[in-house]
Amino acid sequence: MNIVVCIKQVPETTDVKIDPKTNTLIREGVASIINPFDTYAIEEGVRLKEKFGGKVTVLTMGPPQAAEALREAISVGADEGILVSDRAFAGSDTWVTSYTLAKAIEKLGSVDIILCGKQASDGDTAQVGPGISTHLDIPQVTYVKKIEEIKDETARVERMVEEGFEIIEVPIPCLMTVVKEINEPRLPSLKGKMKARKAEIATWTVNDLDVNKAQLGLDGSPTKVVKIFTPPPRKGGQMLKGEADEIAGVLVDLLKSEL
Amino acid sequence: MDYLFTEEQVMIRDLARQIAEEKIRPVAAEYDESGEFPWPIVKILAESDLCGIYIPEQYGGTGGGVTDLVIATEELSKACGGISLAFAATALGTFPIILYGSEEQKKKFLPDIAAGKKLAAFAITEAEAGSDAGSIKTTAKKDGDSYILNGTKQWITNGGEAEVYTVIAMTDRTKGARGASAFIVEKGTPGFEFGKKEDKMGIRGSATRELIFTDCRIPKENILAREGMGFIVAMKTFDNSRPGVAAQAVGIAQGAFDLALKYSHERHQFGQPISSFQGIQFMLADMATQIEAARALVISAARMVDSGAKNIAGVSAMAKLYASDMAMKVTVDCVQIYGGYGYMKDYPVEKYMRDAKITQIYEGTNQIQRSVIAASLIKSLVKKK
Repeated sequence: MNIVVCIKQVPETTDVKIDPKTNTLIREGVASIINPFDTYAIEEGVRLKEKFGGKVTVLTMGPPQAAEALREAISVGADEGILVSDRAFAGSDTWVTSYTLAKAIEKLGSVDIILCGKQASDGDTAQVGPGISTHLDIPQVTYVKKIEEIKDETARVERMVEEGFEIIEVPIPCLMTVVKEINEPRLPSLKGKMKARKAEIATWTVNDLDVNKAQLGLDGSPTKVVKIFTPPPRKGGQMLKGEADEIAGVLVDLLKSEL
Repeated sequence: MDYLFTEEQVMIRDLARQIAEEKIRPVAAEYDESGEFPWPIVKILAESDLCGIYIPEQYGGTGGGVTDLVIATEELSKACGGISLAFAATALGTFPIILYGSEEQKKKFLPDIAAGKKLAAFAITEAEAGSDAGSIKTTAKKDGDSYILNGTKQWITNGGEAEVYTVIAMTDRTKGARGASAFIVEKGTPGFEFGKKEDKMGIRGSATRELIFTDCRIPKENILAREGMGFIVAMKTFDNSRPGVAAQAVGIAQGAFDLALKYSHERHQFGQPISSFQGIQFMLADMATQIEAARALVISAARMVDSGAKNIAGVSAMAKLYASDMAMKVTVDCVQIYGGYGYMKDYPVEKYMRDAKITQIYEGTNQIQRSVIAASLIKSLVKKK
C-alpha cells in the first residue's frame, strides 16, 4: 500500500504575531514544529504500513528548513520525505498549495491513500486536504476518526460529525483528513532518529513538477489578503462585591445600560 | 554547560527528556502513591530503543556505554527518580553479563534486554550482608551439571518484575568474600520465588522485593566467570554502575531545582517574588553550582569508564558519593524554598527529597564509597613505591 502523508511546518505557538505591514506571520524567534493535527496523519500512515505493508511518503511544501519536519516524520516511522520548495511557490494560498501538492503526488505515481491533518494550527483553514483530492479528482473523507477496514478497492471509515459519527465506504485511491481522536502518535525511537538524520530528503522545485507556472505562488493565488490583524484582547469583566440583595439591583441596572 | 556530547548523545538526551516530560512526569505522583510497577512506561522505553544504549551493538544495543547511560538516566530521573529505576537497575543487573558473560551468555540474554523485552536485576544484599559481602548466606552447591541455590536476597530493585537476575551466592563459605560466585538466574526457574514487597520512603514507583531460593536448580552454564569470582564481578559491576546512580541523583536534584527556581519567581511575599531576596538567591546559586559540579564529575567518571581506564573504582565512587550527597542537600533546600507548601504532598517537591535519600544508601552506602576512594588512593601510593 502506497501512503502519502501531507504535512505542514508551523510555528510552535497558537499565539501567532502578525506583521501589520506585510500581512504575514512573524516567524522569527518562534520554533517550528509539525502541525499537531498532521502528527496524527503520520501515525495513521505508519500504522497502515505496519498492518498492510507498503511505504509511507511524507510530503511538504515550504522553505528549505521544512526538511526538518520531514526528518521528524521519518523518526516516527515514515519511509521517505519529499520537500516541495521553490521561490516560485512562495505566497501560495490554499488553492495553489493544494494544486502544487496534487502535482507532486501525481509525480509520485501510484498512490492508494493520502492522509492529511484536519487543518493547520496556524492558518486553520482545513482547505488544503480537500483541495488536493479535488485537483486529483479522487474522493475525500474529512474528519476521519477511525479507519475500520481496507479492502482491495474500498476503505470503510468513521467520520466525525457534530452529533456523532458517520460510517463511510469510500473507493481507493482516496484522501482522508484525520482528527486527533484517531490515534495516539508514538514518540520517536533512537534508531528512528538516527535513520532520520541520515535520510536523503529529495527537494522538488518548480522544474520537477508538471505545473502551469501561471497558477503558482502569490500571483497564481485567487485569494488576496487585504488586511490581517490581531483582534484586541477581551477586556476583563467587572466584579460586583457585596450581599446578593444589594448587588442584584446593581447588576440589573448595569445590564439595562448595556443593552 | 556544554559537555560536548556527540550528535547521537544529544539525540539520546532529547529523546529521554521528551519521554520524561510527556510520559513520566504526568504519572509520577500516581506511581509514588500506589507503589505499582510502571509497566506502561517500561513499554514506552522499550519502543524508544533507549534500553540498549549501553549494550554493545553486536548484542542488539547501540554501544554507547556508561556515558550514554548516565545521560539518559539523568533526564528520566528529572521527572521521577522511582520510575527511572526500572531502566537504571536493569543496567545494574546487565553489567555483570556485559563484563563477565561468555559469548553464549551474552548472545542469550543481552538482545532481549537491549530491546526492552526483559528487565534485569542485581542481587547481592541479604538481611545480614550488604556492605559486607563476605557474610552472604545464600549458597550455591555444585551438583552434576547444575548448581543448587538456597537462601534469601533482600531489597532487590526490579525484584519480581525482572526476567534476568544476577545473583551472588557462596560456592565456598570457608573462603569468605573469595568464596562467592555470580550466577544468572531466570524468573520462572523452579525453586525461585519472590517474597516481601517493600513499602518504601521514596522511589516508590520502583519495585523492591525479596528473592527466595529453595533448592533452585540452575544449569552450570549460568555461572559468570568462574567459581570464587563473585566478589570481583560485584565490585567491577559497581564500578560501572555507580555513575548511573550518580546520574539518577543529579537528575533528582535538577528536577527539584527546576521546580524551586520557578516557584521562587512566582511566590510573592512582602510585595515581591521571593527570588528577589538575597537569602533565596544565594540558595539558588549554591544549588545550581553544586548540581553542575556533580554533573561534570558524573560525566567525566562515565567517560573514564568508557575509555577502558583500569583504575575506575575511585572515580566512580567519587561520582556516586558527591552526586548523592549533593542531591540530598539540594532537595532539602528545594523543600525549604517552597516553605510550608513544600512539606505538603499536594506539591511535587517533597517527593524529590524522599527519592534523593536512597542514592546515599544503595549500591554501597556513602560510607562504603569513602572506603573505596580511600582504598584506591592508598593503593596508588603503594604501587608507586
